[in-house]
Amino acid sequence: MPDAEEPYVYKKVSTVVFGVLSPKLIRKIAAAKIVTPELYDKEGYPVDGGLMDVRLGVIDPGLRCKTCGSKLKECTGHFGYIALARPVIHISFVSVILTLLRYTCRECSRVLLPAAKIEQYADRLKRLGKDKGSDVMRKKLKDIINALRSGSRCPHCKAKQKKIVIEKPTTFFEDERRISPIELRSRLEKITDADVELFGLNPAAVRPEWIVITVLPIPPVTMRPSITLETGERSEDDLTHKLGDIVRINQRLFENINAGAPEIIVEDLWDLLQYHITTFFDNEVAQLPPARHRSGQPLKTLTERIKSKEGRIRHNLTGKRTNFSARTVISPDPLLELNEVGMPDIMAMKLTVPERVTEWNINYLKEFVRRGPKAYPGANYVVRPDGRKKRLTEETIEASIEELQPGYIVERHVMDGDIAVFNRQPSLHRMSMMCHKVRVLPFKTLRLNPAVCFPYNADFDGDEMNLHIPQTEEARAEAELLMIVDTQMISPRYGLSVIGCIQDAISGNYLLTKNGFSMSRQDAVNLLASAGIADSSKLPKKDVVAGKEIFSALLPDDFSFAGRSKSREEPEVVIKDGKLVSGVMDKNNLGEGSGLLLRNLHKKYGRHFALDVLGKVFKLGVAVLMKRGFTTAVSDTDLPPEARLQIQNVFERAEKEVAGLISHYNSGQLEALPGRTLKETLELKILEVLNRARDETGKIVAMNVEASHTIVMAISGARGTPLNLAQMAGCVGQQALRGRRIENGYYGRTLSCFRKGDLSAESRGFIKNSFKSGLRPAEFFFQSIVGRDALMDTALRTPKSGYLYRRLANALQDLKVEYDNTVRDSGGRIVQFSYGEDSLDVSKSEGGVLNVKRAVNEALEG
Amino acid sequence: MAKVDVRKHVLVPKHVKLSEKEKEEVLKAYSATIENFPRILKKDPALEGLNVKYGDLIRIERKSPTAGKTVFYRTVVLS
Ligand SMILES: [Mg+2]
Ligand SMILES: [Zn+2]
Ligand SMILES: [Zn+2]
Repeated sequence: MPDAEEPYVYKKVSTVVFGVLSPKLIRKIAAAKIVTPELYDKEGYPVDGGLMDVRLGVIDPGLRCKTCGSKLKECTGHFGYIALARPVIHISFVSVILTLLRYTCRECSRVLLPAAKIEQYADRLKRLGKDKGSDVMRKKLKDIINALRSGSRCPHCKAKQKKIVIEKPTTFFEDERRISPIELRSRLEKITDADVELFGLNPAAVRPEWIVITVLPIPPVTMRPSITLETGERSEDDLTHKLGDIVRINQRLFENINAGAPEIIVEDLWDLLQYHITTFFDNEVAQLPPARHRSGQPLKTLTERIKSKEGRIRHNLTGKRTNFSARTVISPDPLLELNEVGMPDIMAMKLTVPERVTEWNINYLKEFVRRGPKAYPGANYVVRPDGRKKRLTEETIEASIEELQPGYIVERHVMDGDIAVFNRQPSLHRMSMMCHKVRVLPFKTLRLNPAVCFPYNADFDGDEMNLHIPQTEEARAEAELLMIVDTQMISPRYGLSVIGCIQDAISGNYLLTKNGFSMSRQDAVNLLASAGIADSSKLPKKDVVAGKEIFSALLPDDFSFAGRSKSREEPEVVIKDGKLVSGVMDKNNLGEGSGLLLRNLHKKYGRHFALDVLGKVFKLGVAVLMKRGFTTAVSDTDLPPEARLQIQNVFERAEKEVAGLISHYNSGQLEALPGRTLKETLELKILEVLNRARDETGKIVAMNVEASHTIVMAISGARGTPLNLAQMAGCVGQQALRGRRIENGYYGRTLSCFRKGDLSAESRGFIKNSFKSGLRPAEFFFQSIVGRDALMDTALRTPKSGYLYRRLANALQDLKVEYDNTVRDSGGRIVQFSYGEDSLDVSKSEGGVLNVKRAVNEALEG
Repeated sequence: MAKVDVRKHVLVPKHVKLSEKEKEEVLKAYSATIENFPRILKKDPALEGLNVKYGDLIRIERKSPTAGKTVFYRTVVLS
């Protein structure tokens, strides 16, 4: 709002106006007047003034538009018009016309409302229209008039009003007498602009008489292109057929009127014109038989193009699909490189890459054409320089090879090394879409290295992923330079690698680098070779090499690093001059989003090298397990009898303690904690005792379970936690519902097998058994309660947080960091004066901070 | 009830009104016009007693979890 004190005016869209085209405007925007229903002359050239007039746009490649001079796809087409011999009614506005007729005078065309009342209600009506829309406004006006109507005379000229009824779809009657569209139009013409506004119409955009069509706009040919059938025959669009009917009948109507034909013939033709124009707009009008093809199938006219699930909006705009893409189930393949994707061979023979023929590659490409669509690697299409595409079939192959010359494009099958964009929904961050290089493989799943599961958030329980093949040189270059997996390694969220070892790769490297692991040099060379490292010159020249030395073979000679591992025995990780001196490689160093090992490799040697090393580390880990064997067995959770006795003792003690607390409570000796009631205090104390008991059993389990593969997984961080193991071997523990013990169910108790008011551990959801020993029925029930609650929680939270994220992403999507480090939106408005308040690019930091010390040291060393 | 001076509250950062000269300098430093700056209502309690008018530039000095201390600017608007 411009204001005396606030002089700035911001650009704003204040309103959007919808209106009806006036005959004058239709003539003005038209590029051609259409006068004949003929489409093409004998030579097959579009007739001037016909429906395919060249002035209406181009649909043939190579031709230029007569109106604007642009080529196909550049010219969006131009409207034409036909002048109708007699006006007809627009089907979409019949109800508006009916209202206008019923509530205006048949003589003077004023609103049937006394002048005083108009004044009284005008403002209120307009406000209503602004708030709730013109439909509501119109309804209100009708109500007012109906309430005030006294007798059937016009309050202005006192003329007697007649009853107006509509015979659907488009015929109006006034006391049994038909109102012709001509008469109707002249009545609408007389309504004053001021009165039009009362009906919720904006007279500048919609004069009521424009609703009765006298000049019909002809849509450009570009929106109703004809298609050439296999036989060479032309097949016209449904809209063109319909327009042909309109032009033909219109012409006959003209001729009959000019020849002075009897009124009855003219009227029949007029009705026919009305029918054709109505079905041109909407071929599913209830009272009309739909216009049909000769085959009997109804024509798809304007409304059907837009409406419903198959219409333009839901099908083409909301539900866009893309060509040159594929989707199937994914499965893992640790032998692929991190930036590769395995593509099924049948997919590779459907997807194509366009390759331009030059004098240097013509013989090479001819071989693809020769192999055709059925042999791999072949080609599916050949594109001529004029843009015509020819499908390769057994019959056309020979001709196509002959024809091929520089300038042609061969759409050949996808091959190893081609660029593809790989994606998994929901695409929440940029790492959800990364560029991979294709490897064509047998079988029918898309395959990826399990190390890149994390950025995609993929697993292999049936997940499907999408693959796109960029079709231009520019798109391929862009995808490869900006989107390839290497470039996405460091997260812009926390500045650490989002790609890391998982599962077996972690277990394997943990076992390999643990003190005490050694193997013969021969075996070590084999191991490295199976992980894809041919050069074993870094291995020390001795007969037996340690695991740490094998791992060191992957590291560059000048790499030094200090960090920490999860392990209690070897917490300090030290790499000096490319040698792992101490510490184990576990999730803290090799996993995604943790530890600086991968980050530092990336920083010092670049993304390509870092990704390469990571791929090798991954393969090495898997190879170690392959060689050594790795199993998780039920016997891993076996406990010696003493340990079971210890656990028994822990429970007995805890039970006694709980009983003591309860009797204290019952006798009133328990003292309430500050801010808690007595009951809450009791609950808290019981929970504390029981959790302590569970932890103690966990410790007993950890101490007594033999070193096993299950334990290796837990302590290396590959999968599972010590708690999971304790729950399997020792005791499942207290089941908590919203932070409390389970308390509802029956009146005063949780299940009918307990006494009312029983506060003991087992009646409130404490599970003494382990998963291995098996749960008692009540225990099982308690676990199911908590399990169901957790399931509900995730099921409800996921869509909620997903929507929240979406709104946030949409609100922030056009913010940009400018060269002066300010964050501004697309309008130049400042959002932050310094990006993140510290101007730090997290993706160039190490875990969100800068290592100033190292930077200084490096600078000093030169 | 005693009137509370919100500007003394720990959670309210320091608001300073810039002189015309300082304002011009800031605008120049960010090569932006005043409309591109974030806004603050004239009636905002944090501006009480600063005697601001429409178009003034306010410097706000806040604590920041990433940068320790950070400055922010807002221009006074009426609504
Ligand atoms: Mg899944
Ligand atoms: Zn054109
Ligand atoms: Zn009248």
